Amino acid sequence: MNVMADAWLDIGALEEIPLQGARVLKTPKGCVAVFRAADDHVFALDDRCPHKGGPLSEGIVHGHSVTCPLHNWVFDMTSGQAQGADEGRVATYAVRVQAGRVLLDSARLARS
Amino acid sequence: MGRRLVVIGAGMASGRMLEHLFETAPGAFAVTLFNGEPRGNYNRLMLSPVLSGEKTYTDIVTHDDDWYAAHGVTCRFGEHVTKIDRGRKVVISPGGETAYDKLVIATGSAPFIIPVPGKDLPGVVTYRDLEDTDAMIAASRPGAKAVVIGGGLLGLEAAAGMATRGAEVTVIHLMGHLMERQLDPAAGYLLQKDLERRGIKVHCKGATKAILGDGKVEAVLLEDGTVYPADLVCMAVGIRPETRIATDAHLEVSRGVVVNDQMQTSDPAIHALGECVEHDTQLFGLVAPLYDQAKVLARALVGDAAAFRPVQTATRLKVTGVDLLSAGDFAEGPGREDIVFRDPGRGIYKRLVIEGERLIGAVMYGDTADGAWFFSLIKDASDITDQRDTLIFGPGFAGGSKADPLAAVAALPPEAEICGCNGVCKGKIVQAIQGGARTLDMVRAQTKASSSCGTCTGLVEQIMAMTLGDAFSANANPPMCKCTDHPHEDVRRMIKTLGLKSIPAVMQEMGWKTVGGCASCRPALNYYLLSDWPTEYVDDRQNRFVNERNHANIQKDGTYSVVPRMWGGVTTPAELRAIADAADKYAVPMVKVTGGQRIDLLGVKKEDLPAIWADLNEAGMVSGHAYSKGLRTVKTCVGTEFCRFGTQDSTGLGIKLEKLLWGSWTPAKVKLGVSGCPRNCAEATCKDVGVVCVDSGYQISVAGAAGIDVKETELLCAVATEDEAMEVIAAFVQLYRENSRYLHRIYKWVAKVGLDWCKAQVVDDTANRRALCDRFMLSQSIYQKDPWAEEPKLRNDFAPLMDLSREAAE
Ligand code: SRM
Ligand SMILES: Cc1cc2nc3c(=O)[nH]c(=O)nc-3n(C[C@H](O)[C@H](O)[C@H](O)COP(=O)(O)OP(=O)(O)OC[C@H]3O[C@@H](n4cnc5c(N)ncnc54)[C@H](O)[C@@H]3O)c2cc1C
Ligand code: SF4
Ligand code: FES
Repeated sequence: MNVMADAWLDIGALEEIPLQGARVLKTPKGCVAVFRAADDHVFALDDRCPHKGGPLSEGIVHGHSVTCPLHNWVFDMTSGQAQGADEGRVATYAVRVQAGRVLLDSARLARS
Repeated sequence: MGRRLVVIGAGMASGRMLEHLFETAPGAFAVTLFNGEPRGNYNRLMLSPVLSGEKTYTDIVTHDDDWYAAHGVTCRFGEHVTKIDRGRKVVISPGGETAYDKLVIATGSAPFIIPVPGKDLPGVVTYRDLEDTDAMIAASRPGAKAVVIGGGLLGLEAAAGMATRGAEVTVIHLMGHLMERQLDPAAGYLLQKDLERRGIKVHCKGATKAILGDGKVEAVLLEDGTVYPADLVCMAVGIRPETRIATDAHLEVSRGVVVNDQMQTSDPAIHALGECVEHDTQLFGLVAPLYDQAKVLARALVGDAAAFRPVQTATRLKVTGVDLLSAGDFAEGPGREDIVFRDPGRGIYKRLVIEGERLIGAVMYGDTADGAWFFSLIKDASDITDQRDTLIFGPGFAGGSKADPLAAVAALPPEAEICGCNGVCKGKIVQAIQGGARTLDMVRAQTKASSSCGTCTGLVEQIMAMTLGDAFSANANPPMCKCTDHPHEDVRRMIKTLGLKSIPAVMQEMGWKTVGGCASCRPALNYYLLSDWPTEYVDDRQNRFVNERNHANIQKDGTYSVVPRMWGGVTTPAELRAIADAADKYAVPMVKVTGGQRIDLLGVKKEDLPAIWADLNEAGMVSGHAYSKGLRTVKTCVGTEFCRFGTQDSTGLGIKLEKLLWGSWTPAKVKLGVSGCPRNCAEATCKDVGVVCVDSGYQISVAGAAGIDVKETELLCAVATEDEAMEVIAAFVQLYRENSRYLHRIYKWVAKVGLDWCKAQVVDDTANRRALCDRFMLSQSIYQKDPWAEEPKLRNDFAPLMDLSREAAE
């Protein structure tokens, strides 16, 4: 059973994520990349590029987009949608920052 | 007489409240007004013009003795209220007890003092009231040194005011750019430039460690070791609501005194307003919303219905000649879109943030004429769909100027240097064109501009286009990326000509079309800046591709390969054992000999990188930079040491060259080869730089390739000694570092600038060769560091943020 109130999982302090960078969260279903943009907005996406599985957490973060480190596909981190000519979508997770802590909606992690 | 109203704090909020109260309900209350300051209400905002000398204290008094007398206010100025006794409805102050029917807390805020040693020394002030202002005026004698800690609104007004009076002012700011809460990096850059023009020194990313002095303040020490002498230190790092008496009285206090829409605290007889309150989790630091609170409270006190609703606020900086505006919310956000306009020549930056059909934020610098209009669009949440395309040009837009790609060049002063090789300035080129030079060749012939390495050709053509108009069509290089109209060469040249030392500076002065660049231009700019300003620019790893950020090559499955340096391809049994141990310890799936004469450990997990590096460091090995746009390998053959044909010690020279060049960043990777004789077993003649040893010395050839393209090297020169060979090669690499566009290998760059030009620079002109070498060594003094040893100390993000994989899934 998943109680909604418990769904927000505290995954760490905002400062632990480098500005314009990412850290990963290991889960039983694979890694989730947690990004921090230049303006301190935080995003969480599956850490697997739909192209050939590149680790998006290692991409260059620009604005609210990230460029995959392997072959330069660009994803909008809000929607997970590939930009430009490329087609594909990465799953996203709801995240928010509260009192300097990063909270991730873990309901999606638990669901199979 | 009416009921008894006691007001604690005679500041801007309570002052406005009393005006409304006496207007709407004269005589309803007998007012007693306490104030910690020994005076009544004055316009606190105007302390800045008082500090700069544009106004005096008497100019800014809002309520004088006559005003208080006329409204029957009992003034208790200079008297702090120390306690509220809610049970007996009295306030306690040094003068005794004062009873109230209604109480208003309007205590404002207190400046935040950073808890560093020396904070209590005489000569350390804050910026809040007239006493602070007078202290700064007294200290601002011409030539006196002042340090302001905090580059926000208050700090900068303090700095500008003291500078106007002749003090030498330094601003220390913790964040990467000034006023980061109101401005984005581009606007912050322009502001810094304006302040520096007035002689104010700005130190961003500066953390104060201590204030030094014996009996009085003498200097400020930063965490990075910098010391700024100071006769006065102004701490302007922020404010917090002054809530002490409310807390002691057990009113509900969170960050501020909690009030409802009627400005009532948790005690119905007590109200509060101003900077001391918290309404709906929000605090207030600007007067506009406080004036609304004053209106609401004046009505609430006489029982009229009114509710406080916070409005949007806009920030300006009250420094004469500095024109900026920040309003609304300018953070990037889901579904938000930016419109950017930059006019480099006039120092203008405008950015609008749009969400759906509405304008929600604006940051402007240099020209805020349309600021009020944008602010009203934000406040009224107007639908801007129809005006979207022309919105940034303001309400007066008549279909005129769009951003002009030539603006950056047009803005250059005549003395700006365009051609670095021949020292030709813009004015001379314009003169030649006006004198009849209509083609590039004619300009070259007459001025020498663009006649040497040719990297300034784009700029020369732009000057021709500007001067000749439609009569000229340039065969332009393509722009760097979609963020700009300028090709790499022009950007590189302008970084030098204009002395641009940060990425926001380049983006502003070159009219970038996006807010923060993209994955293509940012690594290039990061390289150009660190190569041109090694001692001033600070490398930013978030502008680097993954391999250079993690100091290892990423593999298709997200693991990494680890290649330690093996100087000149020579190793020892001890090193081999350490490599073997590491391979075992970290279960490395493949150990491979590379094409560059060293050993690759492939398939290492990211979180293991710091540990495997530490093990290899322990055995004396450093990063091989197999991932960098920098020096890769120096391949050697055995040479005179063992080979019966060897003419010189090719192995030894290769090792020396690798030790000289390693760690340097270059536009693209650089590989060397040193062969002991023309049989060329080290394949030196297909490297970026190759040395072939002969009886008489060393033949240095350059610009080979054996990757996507295959190309034989071309002879640069022949020298007699190892020392000469090393000097020529270091100078040649530096020439490449300073002039090539990003990602061009040496052979591509030489094809553009010509081998003859390179020869002239590093072979014929020996003084220039030495100067290039000196610049290379200066850069090496900063960048020749083993990232494997350094980085794990600097960052802790190699490990996952959290590991849930071992917890059972539900
Ligand atoms: C490991 C190695 C292959 C090997 O097993 O021998 C290798 C591996 C890679 N090479 Fe290479 N190159 C290796 C020697 C070479 C050589 C031979 C040499 O250096 O003598 C060449 C041709 C010579 C040259 O550079 O001109 C070479 C020409 C390239 C190129 C084409 C460069 C060009 O300008 O044409 C690329 C692509 C690029 O850099 O953009 C490349 C790129 C790569 C990358 C980094 C691809 C990438 O971006 O991920 C490979 C990394 C694989 C991995 O997962 O670790 N590699 N590569 C060699 C490492 C040498 C070392 O010790 O550092
Ligand atoms: C230099 C400077 C420049 C500024 N520029 C701007 C600007 O350009 N635009 C803008 O919108 N805002 C500006 N501000 C902010 C603005 O001045 C404040 O928002 C405003 O003054 C707050 O009003 P207030 O009545 O809440 O507090 P204050 O005006 O600070 O008044 C509070 C009063 O309460 C007194 N007090 C505190 N505790 C007690 C106690 N226990 N007993 C008795 N008295 C007490 C204090 O002595 C003080 O006089 C500036 C502020 C400063 C310092
Ligand atoms: S040739 Fe180089 S880049 Fe190509 S697959 Fe082999 S290692 Fe990778
Ligand atoms: S794996 Fe991401 S772009 Fe190819």
